[in-house]
Amino acid sequence: MRDITHLNITLDKSIVDYIEECRQKEHPESYLIAVLHKVQGIYGFLSEDHMYEVAHLLGVPTSTVYGVATFYHFFRLKPKGKYSISICMGTACFVKGADLVLQSFKNELGIDIKETTSDGLFSLEGTRCLGVCALAPVVTINDEVFGNVTPNQVPEILIKVKSIDKQAQ
Amino acid sequence: MNMINLKIDDFDIQVPEGTTIMQAADKVGAHVPRLCYHPYLSTDGACRICIVEVEGYRNFVASCHTLVAEGMKVRTNSAELRQTRRDLTELLLDNHPRACLTCDRDGNCELQNLSYRLGVRDRLFAGDRKRFPIEKDNTAIVRDAEKCILCRRCVRVCAEVQGVYNLSQMYRGFTTVVAPAFESKMDESVCIMCGQCINVCPTAAFSEKSHYDEVFDALSNPKKHVVVQVAPAIRVAIAEGWDILGVDATGKTVEALRRLGFDAIFDTNFGADLTIMEEANELINRIEKNEKLPLLTSCSPGWINFMEHFYPEMIPYASTCKSPMQMTSTLVKTYYAQKKGIDPKDIYSVAIMPCIAKKYEAGRQEHFAPEGYPYTDAVLTTRELIWMIKAMGIDFVNLPDSDFDDPLGESTGAAAIFGTTGGVMEAALRTAILKLTGKKPENLDFYDVRAIEGLKEATIKINGMELNVAVANGLANARKILDKIQSGEKQFHIIELMACPGGCVAGGGQPHQPAEQFVYPLDTHIISQRQAAIYSIDSNKSIRISAENPSIKKIYKEFLKKPGSEIAHNLLHTTYSEKYPRGVK
Ligand code: SF4
Ligand code: SF4
Ligand code: SF4
Ligand code: FES
Repeated sequence: MRDITHLNITLDKSIVDYIEECRQKEHPESYLIAVLHKVQGIYGFLSEDHMYEVAHLLGVPTSTVYGVATFYHFFRLKPKGKYSISICMGTACFVKGADLVLQSFKNELGIDIKETTSDGLFSLEGTRCLGVCALAPVVTINDEVFGNVTPNQVPEILIKVKSIDKQAQ
Repeated sequence: MNMINLKIDDFDIQVPEGTTIMQAADKVGAHVPRLCYHPYLSTDGACRICIVEVEGYRNFVASCHTLVAEGMKVRTNSAELRQTRRDLTELLLDNHPRACLTCDRDGNCELQNLSYRLGVRDRLFAGDRKRFPIEKDNTAIVRDAEKCILCRRCVRVCAEVQGVYNLSQMYRGFTTVVAPAFESKMDESVCIMCGQCINVCPTAAFSEKSHYDEVFDALSNPKKHVVVQVAPAIRVAIAEGWDILGVDATGKTVEALRRLGFDAIFDTNFGADLTIMEEANELINRIEKNEKLPLLTSCSPGWINFMEHFYPEMIPYASTCKSPMQMTSTLVKTYYAQKKGIDPKDIYSVAIMPCIAKKYEAGRQEHFAPEGYPYTDAVLTTRELIWMIKAMGIDFVNLPDSDFDDPLGESTGAAAIFGTTGGVMEAALRTAILKLTGKKPENLDFYDVRAIEGLKEATIKINGMELNVAVANGLANARKILDKIQSGEKQFHIIELMACPGGCVAGGGQPHQPAEQFVYPLDTHIISQRQAAIYSIDSNKSIRISAENPSIKKIYKEFLKKPGSEIAHNLLHTTYSEKYPRGVK
């Protein structure tokens, strides 16, 4: 029996409606991944509150929801940072040392791919080829493109972004 | 049924269609090594230790989840198979602390056993292994993910037997871990602390939060008057610590506790008789007023946790009676303290329980005295007590028998059966019938409610009235019966609910199955031997109705007045409240 009267629903109505639709179908639980996609589509990541709500609305144990969310690489559990750093992992960039650049970002920020620094400023992603192979290795920070990046330029780049951020405030 | 002919090693065998290779091999006495498999749980295929060779197949197959086929030729042993199984086990060990000497499961660990049996000897691997902090500050359960080999038995028992679904496998690759949602602490999850994950875990990845250091400290503190009580299911399981199955070791247990230095040794069974007095009174009241039915029993703290997390709307139906443990502890620090002239603050009250959730129950705010101290100071599992007895060098097997102390030591057969599924119901019926009819029931054995199966319904006729009763053990069964009530499909007067499959005899704190024998955790043979011992305690008692226990009569006369009196209400009854996170129904 489904009892969700205790839930304080914060999910967007479109998602709640979609889950209701799934509930009418034969195996509602098989729509879990589709539901999570919609949540991430709207909010950019899966928060614990949202996963908890999905579990109760869809009737799938919370532990299963979390198991699925952590298993698939395309789900993120934390919001992107104010500055989202993407490192191109396409072939050209990779041969030219993108992995070393990535490692340098990881070391400087103390976070892994798909994570966000605790101050919420930076998050890291690896992306597929951005189509600017001439500039390999390529890093983008929000909309700005950095080309021919070397690992030891990384601290500099971060300082620059931070100072721009300060000025903006 | 279609029969399938196949050959296993040198034996031709015929088995019903749908049999697995592993089951067929068991029949010819070929015990294929296995780790994640458990006969009462779904098959998972997580470990692949159970591989066998099938003629015509390119790869080895996992025998636990491959079905037999006509004309199959199976080999359960070959040099290559043995090597591969050993390799698989070594890979597990490379990612394992291998801390056997200081491990809780040492000597009783399926992984340790398996690696020995498969011939893993020296292991020089020095690479990286997974690292997780031990979660040890929970109230009842310790989770040590480094010792987890990802067999997922705990995930399955928690979902399939308990209907709690607290655990799940998370992440992938090197960081894979089994944990509650959001990797929250067990205390902050929907875990109902039944400890069945501890029972089925082949390693020490789950274990109870031990209280034995605190108890040893209290025992060596001359200022403390240390009192202990023993639950009904301990006496029939404790001897398994010395490989003796299915005996009533009450006398030796009491003697061992005396030698451990406890100042007074009481019987939780006394508390069970008292529970029946209060609960039968509650039942009769509710039936007379025709309100708050069905009455849901409240002795199992795992069930209470489940209700609070999953079915809080049922709270008004739960009996307000404290559990026998809490009734006994409360009387230790009130009635007994007054009688002895001891300040209750100087009493240290220990309970030996087959249960993990009791550790949590003891710490509930509802079970603190108004003066701010807990009625129960520490809870030891059967396993912990066995260890303490061994640590003190007490020769348990050859101990003489000893008796419980007064005034909380006398009990009836009705109390003895609290330790098994159906027992609380049967005990309640005996007293309720006496109260309702004024006559002793002609037959005290209510076979209709005795069962090892998880769910039983019966109708008992009293004075022309029909009493609909149900007994559920294993919370997946509790869900079934509660859903029936909520949908209005069925009406009951009283329902007995116990969290553990089979009742307290199979509690999360009971001895692990013997090592180096082909026995699984929660083995039905072991559980039914414990049950049989409990029923023999009952049938050997001259008094088998709680209301006829002389010590119970005395305590009502001297102290509690009558069942449901104001003082009884204040001391012996409790309240429950909704818990978060809420479980998904
Ligand atoms: S869990 Fe088993 S194998 Fe691991 S350290 Fe403990 S006893 Fe040894
Ligand atoms: S103690 Fe019980 S409810 Fe909690 S995780 Fe273990 S099996 Fe599940
Ligand atoms: S905790 Fe134990 S039962 Fe659960 S997956 Fe790990 S090894 Fe298996
Ligand atoms: S026992 Fe068959 S795969 Fe684990």
